[in-house]
Amino acid sequence: MSEPTAVAVVAGPRCWGLLAEFESVDTLLAAAERVRDAGFVKFDAFAPFPIHGLDEAMGIRTSRLPLVVLGGGVTGACAGLLLQWWTNAFDYRYLVSGKPYFGLPVAIPVTFELTVLLAAIGAFVGLVVANRLPELYHPVLHNAAFQARATTDGFFVAVEAGDPRFDVARTRSFLEGLGAVRVDELEDD
Amino acid sequence: MSTVPILPDNTIEAPGARAPLVLGGNDFASVTDKVCSIVERPRLPRAWYVAFTISCALTALLVAMVGYLFLAGIGVWGLNIPVGWGFDITNFVFWVGIGHAGTLISAILFLFRQKWRTGINRFAEAMTIFAVICAGIFPAIHTGRPWFDYWLFPYPNQMSVWPNFRSPLLWDVFAVSTYFTVSLMFWFTGMLPDLATLRDRATTRGRRIVYGILSLGWRGSGRHWHRYERVYLLLAALAAPLVLSVHSVVSFDFAVAQLPGWHSTIFPPYFVAGAIFSGFAMVITLLVPVRAFFGLEEIITTRHLENMAKITLATGLMVAYSYGVEFFMAWYSGNPLEQFVLANRAMGPYAWAFWIMMCCNVAAPQAFWFKKVRTTPWTLVGVSVLINVGMWFERFVIIVTSLHRGALPSSWGYYRPTWVELGTLAGSFGLFMTLFLLFLRYGPMIAMAEVKSVMPAAGLEHGPHHGHGQYWGEIPHQHDRRREGARP
Repeated sequence: MSEPTAVAVVAGPRCWGLLAEFESVDTLLAAAERVRDAGFVKFDAFAPFPIHGLDEAMGIRTSRLPLVVLGGGVTGACAGLLLQWWTNAFDYRYLVSGKPYFGLPVAIPVTFELTVLLAAIGAFVGLVVANRLPELYHPVLHNAAFQARATTDGFFVAVEAGDPRFDVARTRSFLEGLGAVRVDELEDD
Repeated sequence: MSTVPILPDNTIEAPGARAPLVLGGNDFASVTDKVCSIVERPRLPRAWYVAFTISCALTALLVAMVGYLFLAGIGVWGLNIPVGWGFDITNFVFWVGIGHAGTLISAILFLFRQKWRTGINRFAEAMTIFAVICAGIFPAIHTGRPWFDYWLFPYPNQMSVWPNFRSPLLWDVFAVSTYFTVSLMFWFTGMLPDLATLRDRATTRGRRIVYGILSLGWRGSGRHWHRYERVYLLLAALAAPLVLSVHSVVSFDFAVAQLPGWHSTIFPPYFVAGAIFSGFAMVITLLVPVRAFFGLEEIITTRHLENMAKITLATGLMVAYSYGVEFFMAWYSGNPLEQFVLANRAMGPYAWAFWIMMCCNVAAPQAFWFKKVRTTPWTLVGVSVLINVGMWFERFVIIVTSLHRGALPSSWGYYRPTWVELGTLAGSFGLFMTLFLLFLRYGPMIAMAEVKSVMPAAGLEHGPHHGHGQYWGEIPHQHDRRREGARP
C-alpha cells in the first residue's frame, strides 16, 4: 500500500474499524503478513485455535510473560524457605525427635510446592491481565459473522480505525484485495 | 449410540505417515457441533438422568456418613490401635492417584508433543479436579476434630504456635492444595476458548451470560493466542514436575515413618507409577462408556484408547517391579522385622487383600499385550475396572498390613471397616460421579480448539515436520513460504 493520504476522518465517530473474514488458515496467514507489511499496527487476527506462525505473520513481539512466571517462582522459593525457617527455627522453636530446627532437605517439599504454586499463579494471572481479560464487551463480538464462526471455523482480521493508516474505503479495498470473503464495518457503542 | 459409524482403523502404524486423529470426514464446524450439542441439546438420553439420580443419592450418603462421624466421633469407624489408619487414608491415596492421569495427559504428554492427547485431555483434567476434591475430604475428616483443620495452615494465631514443617503430613497439605490450585488454573486456561465457543453459540440469554462471564470475553485474538500458547507451555512445564511431586509427597507420609513396610526409599517412584497406572485405568473406565453414549467415536478414536492401554501396561509393569523390589529388599536387608512384615503381607490375615492386589495389578494388565484387548472397548473397561479395584487394595495393603502386626505380638490386631466407612467410600464415588456428570452436561467435554489444531485443515498434511513448534497446529509449509521471501 502506498502512503496514507491525510484525509480527515471519513468514518463517523462510531466506526471502530473493519473486520475481514478469510476462508482458511493459509489465507489468514498470508493476509496477516500483508497487513503487517502495509504498516498497520492496530490490527488483530482471530482464529478458533492457535495457529503456529500467526504471531510471526502479525509481527508480534515475543511475550515477556515468562519473566512474570520466573518472578513468581523465585518469590515462591524464597517465601517457602523463609516461612519454614522463621516459623520453626526462629519465631517458635520446639524440638521434635531431636531433629534440627531447620534443615534444607526437610524444607525442600514445601519450598518446591510454593515455587510451583506462585509461578503458576503468575502465569495464569499474567495471561489474564496481559490479555486485558475479562473484557466482556468488544466490538468484534457484535458482528454476526464473527459470532457465528470466529470460535468455530472462521478466520478474521480486524483493522482498527484508530490506526494512523486507516481509511475506511482504502482499507476496505485493501482487505478485499487480500482475498477476504467479506469485509464488515464495526461500530463502537 | 443409535448409529455406530464404521470408521477406518487408525491403529495401524504406517511408516512416514501420521495416523489421523479425527475420523469420519469431520471439519472444524462439525467438531464444534458434535461437542457442543451435548451441552446444548434440551434433554440427554435417559441413562444420564438415571446415573445422576444414583450418584446424587450416593453423595447424600456421603454427607450423612460424614455428618454422623462429626456428631458421634471417630469411634464410629473401625480404627483402633494398632491400626490407626484404614479406609480414610486408603481412600485419600486412591483418589489423589486417580487424579494423576489427568495431569500426565495434559502436561507431560503435551511436553512430549503427543498430539493424540487433545481428544482426551479435557475429560481427564476434569477427572483430576473431581478426584482431588474427593481426596481432600479424607484427610480433613480423619483428624477426629475436623473443625480445627485450619490449624494445618501457617497463619499467625492467638496461640502463637506454628505448624511443624518437619512433618510429612504438613508437606501433604502444601502438595495437595498446590496440586489442586494449579490443576484448576490449567484446566480453566485450556477451557477458555471452548467456553467462548459455547457463548457464541448460546441461544438463550442465561447461557450467553453464564458462558460469557466464564469465558472472560475470549475472542480468539492472535495477540491473545500468542500469550496463551506461551502460558500453556509454561503451565505444562510447571505441572509436569508437580504431578511427580504430589504422589512422592504422599508416599513420604509413609516412607519417612520408621515403620517396617512403610520405611522404604522406593516409595516415591513406586507411588507415582501406581498413581498414573490407576489414573489411566480410571480414564479408560469412564471414557469408553461416555464415548459410546455421546457418539464421540470419531474424536476419541480407537487409537486414543489403545495408546492409553499401552501407558497403563507400561506403568503396570513398573508397579509390578516395585512389588518385587519390596520383597527383594526385605530379604536382602536381612532385617527380620522387614522380612516379617512382607511375609505377613502375603501370607498373614490380610493375604486375601494382597492376592486381590496381585491379581488385579500384576496379572490383569498383562492382557494389554494383546492388540485385540487394547482395541476392543469393553475388554478395555473390564481390565481397567480390575486395575481400579487392585489399586485401591494396594493402598489398603500397604497401610493396614504394615500397622496391624507390630514388633510387639501382644498388640496385634485385625482391622475391619464399619458400615460408616463403607458408606463413606461409596459416597465419595457418588460425589465424584455427580461432579463428573454435571461437567459432561454443562462443560465442553472435549478440547475443541486443541482437536481442531491437529486436524488436516489446520495445515498438518502439507509436509514433513521441521522439528520445532510441533505442539498444536504446526503449519510446516509456512516456513517454506517465508524462505522464498514471499513478501509484498
